[in-house]
Amino acid sequence: MTTTATDYRLIDSTLRDGSHAISHQYHDEDVIAIVKGLDAAGVQVIEIAHGDGLGGSSFNYGFSAVPEKELIAKACEVTTNAKIACLLLPGIGLADDLREVSEMGVSVARIAVHCTEADITEQHIKVAKGLGMEAIGFLMMAHMNTPEGLVEQALLMQSYGADTIYIADSAGAMTTEDVKVRVNALVQALDVPLGVHAHNNLAMAVSNSIAAFQEGARNLDGTSAGLGAGAGNCPTEILAAVSDKYGISTGVDALKLMDLAEEVVRPLMPRQQVIDRAGLILGYAGVYGSFLLHAERAANRYNVSQAEILLELGRRQVVGGQEDMIIDVALELAAKHAAQEEQA
Amino acid sequence: MRMRCAILGSGNIGTDLMMKLLKGTDASGSGQTPLEVVALVGIDPASDGLARAKTHGIEGPHEGPQWILDHADDIDMLFDATSAYVHVRHYKQYAEAGIVAVDLTPAARGPKVIAAVNLTEHLDAPNINMVTCGGQATTPMVYAVRRAVESLPYAEMVSTVSSKSAGPGTRQNIDEFTKTTSTALREIGGADLSKAIIILNPAEPPIMMRNTVFAGLPEGTDHDAVLASVYAMETDVQHYVPGYRLKNPPVIEEGPFHTPGGTVPHRAVVLLEVEGAGDYLPPYAGNLDIMTAAAQRVGEAIATHKAGVSA
Repeated sequence: MTTTATDYRLIDSTLRDGSHAISHQYHDEDVIAIVKGLDAAGVQVIEIAHGDGLGGSSFNYGFSAVPEKELIAKACEVTTNAKIACLLLPGIGLADDLREVSEMGVSVARIAVHCTEADITEQHIKVAKGLGMEAIGFLMMAHMNTPEGLVEQALLMQSYGADTIYIADSAGAMTTEDVKVRVNALVQALDVPLGVHAHNNLAMAVSNSIAAFQEGARNLDGTSAGLGAGAGNCPTEILAAVSDKYGISTGVDALKLMDLAEEVVRPLMPRQQVIDRAGLILGYAGVYGSFLLHAERAANRYNVSQAEILLELGRRQVVGGQEDMIIDVALELAAKHAAQEEQA
Repeated sequence: MRMRCAILGSGNIGTDLMMKLLKGTDASGSGQTPLEVVALVGIDPASDGLARAKTHGIEGPHEGPQWILDHADDIDMLFDATSAYVHVRHYKQYAEAGIVAVDLTPAARGPKVIAAVNLTEHLDAPNINMVTCGGQATTPMVYAVRRAVESLPYAEMVSTVSSKSAGPGTRQNIDEFTKTTSTALREIGGADLSKAIIILNPAEPPIMMRNTVFAGLPEGTDHDAVLASVYAMETDVQHYVPGYRLKNPPVIEEGPFHTPGGTVPHRAVVLLEVEGAGDYLPPYAGNLDIMTAAAQRVGEAIATHKAGVSA
């Protein structure tokens, strides 16, 4: 497909952010089917990696069933038009990982960081640029910083050479107003395009994405069937359908994306992406979405409430990557309950 | 005779180390230190660290590594608290000038020393690498698990430090941090395979440094022995870092876990907190403390060893 003018660029993260919801258990055949489906539907960029980015396979975040680089190689092999992207969190993945995947054909590197720590991305943005990749600076948990604060951080990334800046509502905690003021401030301040990555914990993902576009964001993220951390991401097929209704040109075929979601992705899902109590609490308390399943496991293991764990994590202002604190909180809650029982 | 030391790098780490050495007591707090600080050397004449040096009657030049080389005759030992890049550029010159370098950057040129594990292993080396703050905090616990098991196929550490306590050196060196730490978990901790993760947390008020160690436990492991070894190590580290503690009791969790070193039925989880002594930055900056306290301990071990050899 040649470059038909579209109003925004769609980046699908089913094979990266979606990985959280299936505890990083993707296999070759899933990657092949999903890449083929997205590519055929005209999606411009397909992101693939462990849910926590390159090098994320670990005790802390869960081990991948198949080494991510095998899956990435497969995606690069199968795609015809769509670019393959990866995500990397400095402190978890290494610049060496970027070198390796660039060699395989990955041409977009999203360098992700908590929304106040942009200066740790300099090394990795520069390496990505040096490899000839498109570098996207990705500011996570954007609800935890003010519009002015985000502008300051985004300008740093722009100064390191980032081609695009993204803000991610990683906790699915933003209202439409929250999104608008942030996007507006960033679009005014930046020379490079802006993108928005939304989660659905407050049932706002699609409407917030459309609002972001209307305020000037020119990149939007989705995942097929909303597969992803927390109550899920902005569902790619719904975003495409709603964009059509608005007359916003996406260059993707919404019906083909619906087929992919229904026939390929839903059958893979251990459970449908619904906004249950735990999912809603993530958005309500502003907690990193990928904590959801880890908190469920810790709650079962130590016989404490998942909701209580998530609320305490919100109080402690933990950031993405601090999954170890889930065990810490669960142990403290269990000790507190034991002490209370002893008193009674 | 006391050993004459210069500290290179007037940022958070260098200044904290200077404040510790100026107390005059040794790292355990029970005796006198054999180390004498002669200078804190920076590159920014306006830095807070250099100003503090001068208030304490210590030289505070801003000519960087060149000052050290120009004063080689008056310096026996150098604590390098700059950055990995700066250390790599100059470490050979320090050795040629006869200055013992205790390297607090993750440059990893000399043998690695974790104060609670292999303190006396490299006392004659011209260059000692102190790994990283996270490495000083977690390698002892990996080693504690290792000595209680037949084999340790995989170990992992996660270190979270407050954003305020992570200076530009740490931020620009983040890959070096994880690589050097991960190597220490294998070479000194005794794990076959390893991974290190670092997270910065901007919460206000700043959080204490947190470290978590995960260790894959093979079939047939004596879990009580693992836990007892972890508790014993806590006491050993507290000897020179009083604010080092198990935040929760260590736990053994049931898997299976499919680690890169193979599938294991259980994992040990050790949740640590490090409260700093507040010598320079406030107590939340335990990451500075564990590094500077460990470096002081290593410097003192070298000084005592050299005094013994020459006597």
